[in-house]
Formats: sequence, C-alpha cells, structure tokens
Amino acid sequence: MGTNVSLEDNFQTYVDGENKVEPKDWMPEKYRKTLIRQISQHAHSEIIGMQPEANWITRAPSLRAKLILLAKVQDEAGHGLYLYSAAETLGESREKMISDLQSGKAKYSSIFNYPTPSWADMGTIGWLVDGAAIQNQVMLTRTSYGPYARAMVKICKEESFHQRQGYEVVMKLAQGTPEQKAMAQESLNRWWWPSLMMFGPSDDESPNSAQSMKWKIKRKSNDTLRQEFVDKTVPQVEYLGLTVPDSDLKWNEARGHYDFGIINWDEFYAVIQGNGPCNKERIAHHVEAHEEGAWVREAANAFAQKQAQRKKNTGAAA
Amino acid sequence: MNGGWLAGKKSQFTKDEALKEYFKFLADDALILGQQLSRWCSKGPVLEQDIAIINTSLDHIGRARLLYQELAKIEGNGATEDTLAYFRDHQEFRNALLLEQPNGHWGDSVVRSFFIDTFNFFLYDGLRRCENQVLAGIAEKSVKEIAYQAQWSAEWVIRLGDGTEESHEKVQKSIDNLWMWTGELFEKYPVFESLDSSFIDFSTLKTQWIEKVALVLETATLQMPNPESWMQTGGRLGVHTSHLGFILAEMQSLPRTYPDAAW
Repeated sequence: MGTNVSLEDNFQTYVDGENKVEPKDWMPEKYRKTLIRQISQHAHSEIIGMQPEANWITRAPSLRAKLILLAKVQDEAGHGLYLYSAAETLGESREKMISDLQSGKAKYSSIFNYPTPSWADMGTIGWLVDGAAIQNQVMLTRTSYGPYARAMVKICKEESFHQRQGYEVVMKLAQGTPEQKAMAQESLNRWWWPSLMMFGPSDDESPNSAQSMKWKIKRKSNDTLRQEFVDKTVPQVEYLGLTVPDSDLKWNEARGHYDFGIINWDEFYAVIQGNGPCNKERIAHHVEAHEEGAWVREAANAFAQKQAQRKKNTGAAA
Repeated sequence: MNGGWLAGKKSQFTKDEALKEYFKFLADDALILGQQLSRWCSKGPVLEQDIAIINTSLDHIGRARLLYQELAKIEGNGATEDTLAYFRDHQEFRNALLLEQPNGHWGDSVVRSFFIDTFNFFLYDGLRRCENQVLAGIAEKSVKEIAYQAQWSAEWVIRLGDGTEESHEKVQKSIDNLWMWTGELFEKYPVFESLDSSFIDFSTLKTQWIEKVALVLETATLQMPNPESWMQTGGRLGVHTSHLGFILAEMQSLPRTYPDAAW
C-alpha cells in the first residue's frame, strides 16, 4: 500500500513537471482507464461522424464540393485509425473498442446523433462542430499522455482546415440566393445549441473533470472551453449576416465575454442516453457494415495465412 | 445497329463532334465510377479499406473534373464542369454500362473496379502520347493513380478468389454476373474513325486486357468466362440501364432544385 502511494505521488510530481507519460511508463490504473475511455471515445466520434457527412457525398452540389467533402471524410477515417492506434498503446485492442462501440458500452460525441437533412449542414458541421472540437483538441495537444498529445497535433492541423472549408460552404450560402441564405440560417438554428452541448456538462455537474485536470489529461474546464467557443463564434455569425438562435445572447462588457442562455440539459442527457433522433441509426449502420464485411475480413485473413505458409514452404525448400 | 434497341443512333461524326464524344467517354466513366465508389464511404469491411476506396473515388472525380473542364472549353456556350455533370440527362451520358451497375457487395464492387481499372491502365498509358496536349497531360498525371487502382483491385480479386470457400464462390459469381458488361469497353465506335490515331481506339486494347485479366484470375484460382460470349452495349451511344437514372437523380438533385444558385 505504502509503495503504491509513493508510485502515485511520483507520477503526480512527474506530470506536474509537464513531462509526457509514454506507453511503457508506470501509470495509475485509473489514469490508463480514463485515457482508454477518452481516446476510444474520440476515435469512435471520428468514425461515427463520417456517417452524417457521407450522407451528402453523393448529392454534393458541385464537383469541387464533392471532392472537398470526400477528402474531409477520408481525413476523419484517418483520424479514427490514428486514435485507435494511440489507444492500443494503452493495451486495448481495436476489436474490443469496436465491440464496445457496437454494444453501446462506449460512447461517441452526441452531436452525431442529430441528422443532416440539408446541404447547409455540411457547412455548419465543419464550422461549428469541428470548431467546437478544435477548441477541445488544441488543449489536448498539451495533454500529459505523449501518444495522444502527438496524435492531436496532426489532427488539429487537419481540423482547422475542415473548419475553414465549412465556413466557406456557409459563407457561399449566406451570400447566395434568398433560399440559400434561409438554408444556412435553418441549419445554424439546429446546430447551435447541440454544438454548445459538445463541451459537456457544466463544471459543477462534471464528475470526472477534477481528476482529469489534476493529471493534466484535461487542461481547461468544460465551461471555460464553451465560453471561449461562444466568444470566438458569435462575431463569425454576425459577419455572415446570420442570427444566433439565442434571445439571451449579449456582450457583457464587465466580464469581457458574451452572456448566453441556458442549455436544454434534458435534451443533452436524453441524447447521451440513446434517445437522440439518430442514435439507433448510427450504431445499426456501423454494425451492418461490420457484419457485411465479415466474409471479406475472413477471406483476407485466410489468404494472408496461405501466403505466409507458402513463403515458409519455399523457404524450407531452399 | 438497325433492327435492335440501338436503332436511330448517330453513326457519323465530324472531327469536332468526335472530340467531344471522346472526352465524354472518359469523363463520364470517371464521374459515374467515382460517384458509385463514394457510396462505400463508412461502409467498408475494415477502416483501412474505407480510406482506400474513398481515395480511389477522389482520384476518379478529380480526373472527371479535369476532363470536364477541357470539354467545357471545347463546348463553349457557358458550359462548365458542373453544367456537364449536373445538367445533362441519361441519354447524354456516354459512360460504359459496366460502371452504372450497382455496388452490390464488396466482391461485386472490386470486380467492377478490376475490369475498368485494367482497361483504364492500358488506355491512359497510351493516351500519354495523344496529339491533344491537354489529354496527354491528364493521362500523364492519371496513369500513376490508375496503376495503383489496378493493383488494388487485382489484389482484392486474388485475395477473395484464393481466400475462403465462401469468398471464392462469391467473387466467381461477381465475375460471371459482370462479365456481359465488359465487351462494350472494346467496341470500335465510329467516333474513332474521325480522330487522329493517337486517340486510342478502344478496340485495340482488347487483347492486352484479356491477357491481364486471365493472368489475375488464374492467380486467384478463378474461372474466366468466354470473352466471345454475348455482350451488352449502348452506353457510348447514350443508351443506358435503369440504374443510371437513379444515380443522376440523386447526384443532380440540389443544383436542379436551385438552378440559379452558386455553391
């Protein structure tokens, strides 16, 4: 017991000194578990997040827009792969993570349980959802676990690019025909509040946050990140000539921040608990693709084994 | 062509008309295949292959854009890459029928890609020496991508053919089902007669294609159907299967709903 306490103390001192934890270093079991949960959740978000956008690839309204969207979704698949690998350094297999996703044991960002009925959503997602994600991820480039921090540096660069592309889509709509402008506003109305929900519960309702902050996995509180996002995004909405769907929104000179209305936490928890418009659809899609691909994966494995055997036989003969 | 379902199709082309047709053959093939492959996004058998197939789709659509941009210049009259993709109806498309066949399962899609990638490889390799400098440039840029695509799809045919009993049966069926759409690729169209011989006559690629396909199928322990069996045709003349209507309806819906909008 005494030794354990001392190992944990050493770990805390190490992290406090802004040192990176690497896969082979000793770490508290709860630190490992927290990271596996967080990184796999992040990976799942990238993968499930492909679906609402893939929904528009076949209907993108110009060839250029189609290419950009394809490239974006491809980046997300790449991020997923990268993050699964980072989680594997903590001893969790990809098969296990995927099975936890499909059984509902593991979560992904709740925002992807909303549908994308409009082309404008391809802009709004890039602008707001990727924007909110970046707010979080920039912080994570300094997270204490080395492989995660390094993955974030690469991912952040691409996400910033996506955010600019998303903003460009919305800008074209906002500056387009009256129908297009209405399309942009309608989309903003649906995504604004769910984007604010992405930062998670308020600080006083966030049970895991304190320990994560202490271990420097997380470096800013949910409410701080949310405020930064609002402050950064409101001027962008105004520049586009669109309206934030929040009647309580106003600049607070004394605080130097925007004040904003109250999030519908009932909706937030309902969606997290599986009752959003697309929770079932997203998982069913993933499960279906996985099951339909089973015979292909089996074939690839069988072929690889045959090849290895042939190589061995040739080697033995020589 | 008389006395069958291709009756009434144009059979004589000026050089100018033939040039436009030739660009449509190439561009429409690239767009329709790219569009079809993009449907695999988020549905691949494993994440790495999702990434690979999206990448291939990107290459096809990227190539379609270059070809349409040049075609738009030749067409004039305010044509753009997007008017060509979004405001033509099925009878104006010139893609081979093979490409509009449904994605089906992984084996179906892989075999469809293998047939066209192998064709494209020989075609674009030859077009690098085309007298049309723009086309030669596009070919030069594309041939590396196409070589990769042809390798990717051939490797999958081999993996599935020589994988499990189930995969062997499935992919053999894909080959048998898609075979009748391959003959069209090698027809000698009147268009070729009006163009310089550096615009590859597709019929000249048949022997190489059969040799390559036979080799891959043999490695995959699969049977090659008879190349001289009855083949479907019509795509290069604008006579399509019902599938193309749905592909276009989906792809073109937004620009056609808001024809005055810029995106």
